[in-house]
Amino acid sequence: MPDNILLDPTAETAAAIAPRLARPSSIAGKTIGLFDIAKMRGDEFLDRLDELLTARGHTVKRYRKKHFTHLAPLELKQHIRSECDFVVEGLAD
Amino acid sequence: MQEAVPHIETNDKPALAAPTFVAFVKQDCPTCVLAMPVLREIEELVGRSGGRLEVHVQDDVSFATGISHASDDTALATSYHYNIDTVPTLIRLSGGQEDARVVGWRRSEWQAVTGIPGLGEGLPEYRPGCGSKTMDPGMPTRLKVKYGNTGLASRRIAVPALSDPVETCYERGWTDGLPVVPPTEERMLEMLDGTARAPQEIIGRIPPNLAECTVEKVAINAVMAGCRPEYMPVVLTAIEAALTPAFGLHGVLATTNACTPVVMVNGPIARAIGMNAKGNVFGQGNRANAAIGRTLQLVVRNVGGGRPGEIDRSVFGSPAKYSFCFAEDEDDPRWDSYAVSLGYSPKASTVTVFPGDGITQIIDHISRRPEDLCRSYAGCIRAIYGTGHIIGVQAFLAIAGEHAIVFYDAGWSKAQVREELLGLLKIPVREVVSGRAGLMGLTEEEKSDPDNLVPKFKNGTFNIIRAGGYAGKYSAIIPSIGGRGSIEPVTREIT
Repeated sequence: MPDNILLDPTAETAAAIAPRLARPSSIAGKTIGLFDIAKMRGDEFLDRLDELLTARGHTVKRYRKKHFTHLAPLELKQHIRSECDFVVEGLAD
Repeated sequence: MQEAVPHIETNDKPALAAPTFVAFVKQDCPTCVLAMPVLREIEELVGRSGGRLEVHVQDDVSFATGISHASDDTALATSYHYNIDTVPTLIRLSGGQEDARVVGWRRSEWQAVTGIPGLGEGLPEYRPGCGSKTMDPGMPTRLKVKYGNTGLASRRIAVPALSDPVETCYERGWTDGLPVVPPTEERMLEMLDGTARAPQEIIGRIPPNLAECTVEKVAINAVMAGCRPEYMPVVLTAIEAALTPAFGLHGVLATTNACTPVVMVNGPIARAIGMNAKGNVFGQGNRANAAIGRTLQLVVRNVGGGRPGEIDRSVFGSPAKYSFCFAEDEDDPRWDSYAVSLGYSPKASTVTVFPGDGITQIIDHISRRPEDLCRSYAGCIRAIYGTGHIIGVQAFLAIAGEHAIVFYDAGWSKAQVREELLGLLKIPVREVVSGRAGLMGLTEEEKSDPDNLVPKFKNGTFNIIRAGGYAGKYSAIIPSIGGRGSIEPVTREIT
């Protein structure tokens, strides 16, 4: 009996597991981005991080997207990448 | 006596100066039975001039006993190759190329094609043929998969013959928990007949993985969900509407809320494909309602990679996440449909997607005046997510037959009902839920006096539709999170 042939309903992009980027040994002298996804009260958390990092002499840059239900535009992501060494992103409240 | 000629069952045509004839017949065809003696006559006469006749029999090759070049074509390979739709068909080849064809029996045509005067003397002048077995139900797609080029690009998954393809779909994580129809190539070709759009056309990128979604991938998931081909225009438009940025499909999928895309169909196509707009409208039992909504869910799951416990973070989920799709009841002309109220023609077919959690019923068997009914509604609507919850909440109110009559009889338009309700859904600031940070979402002016009134739908939409049965004084709320600029209803016309 021949095999039954089915068509794959997925995007066929079963991702190979990508290794995480190596963690830095130090953040001294680096620029750190704080990315507010516009979820309620996320800014409170990021404000406090900003205070703590700035007090330690780090350069901090702030970013915010329009609404948490919308994906960050590619331009914004590219902008952050061009200005920062690291980014901290709030994912939920 | 003619010379013995090798029995040929292939499509290789020797280059002969004299024509070669190829006939297709089946025993189960009275016209073929009538034409068989004529074929024997042709074989003899054509053979004398160096020509040849091949007869391909679709059911029982013994039917052509006595014909030198008779072939068993029960596998229909040769019939498919020659694109036969009727038997008998007689084809004349010249230099290996077809240059004439007759179908059925018409004496004058057979005489002209064979060049044999007097052929079939004594037979009726005309008899129509029968359907070729290549045209049996389901056979055209089966043959195209077997012998043709389907043009389908998707990866093929081989399921061993003794394994159950339904179980394979489960094992691969392709289902929503209920069984799916295994997406075979034959079913896929039939599904694609439901749209004129090219299989490799890209509909958009499906969140959360933002994977490209082609018409072909939609059709595979439509097969699995149980769609008929004629649902495809609705399915494709629903997906395009859900991918409109204003709908915020990523947010609807990822939220801790229970909301999910609800698909509402307006216009003639809803009736054409047999959608339910009346009794049990949000329930089970109607194939189009069930399968169209389910296809959108399966596309998000399979193409977009949106699965519960992963990007889908819903606390409760909802049965609506299997499928929530219906048609608006447009039978009573006294109220415009939702689509018409947006400016679409009543002749246009549209798909609206909006987020919804499920339904909450409103029962009011008592009220006979529109004002009283609206007060009943307002009490229930105010309670969505909590009586003091006003930010990021939206709703559709579905009014069923007996409640609609109350408004119709009083001469109230749908806009009047909406206006009355919004007037009743004003909430004193003192009753609005406030978080640690105070009354979020309110202006300083609104906050300035606890007796100020603020709308229940502070930033979300509120719409009224007609749907449901005609016995029972009910209406239903389809609540959801959402608000202007984040998650909104989106309507698209089916073109």
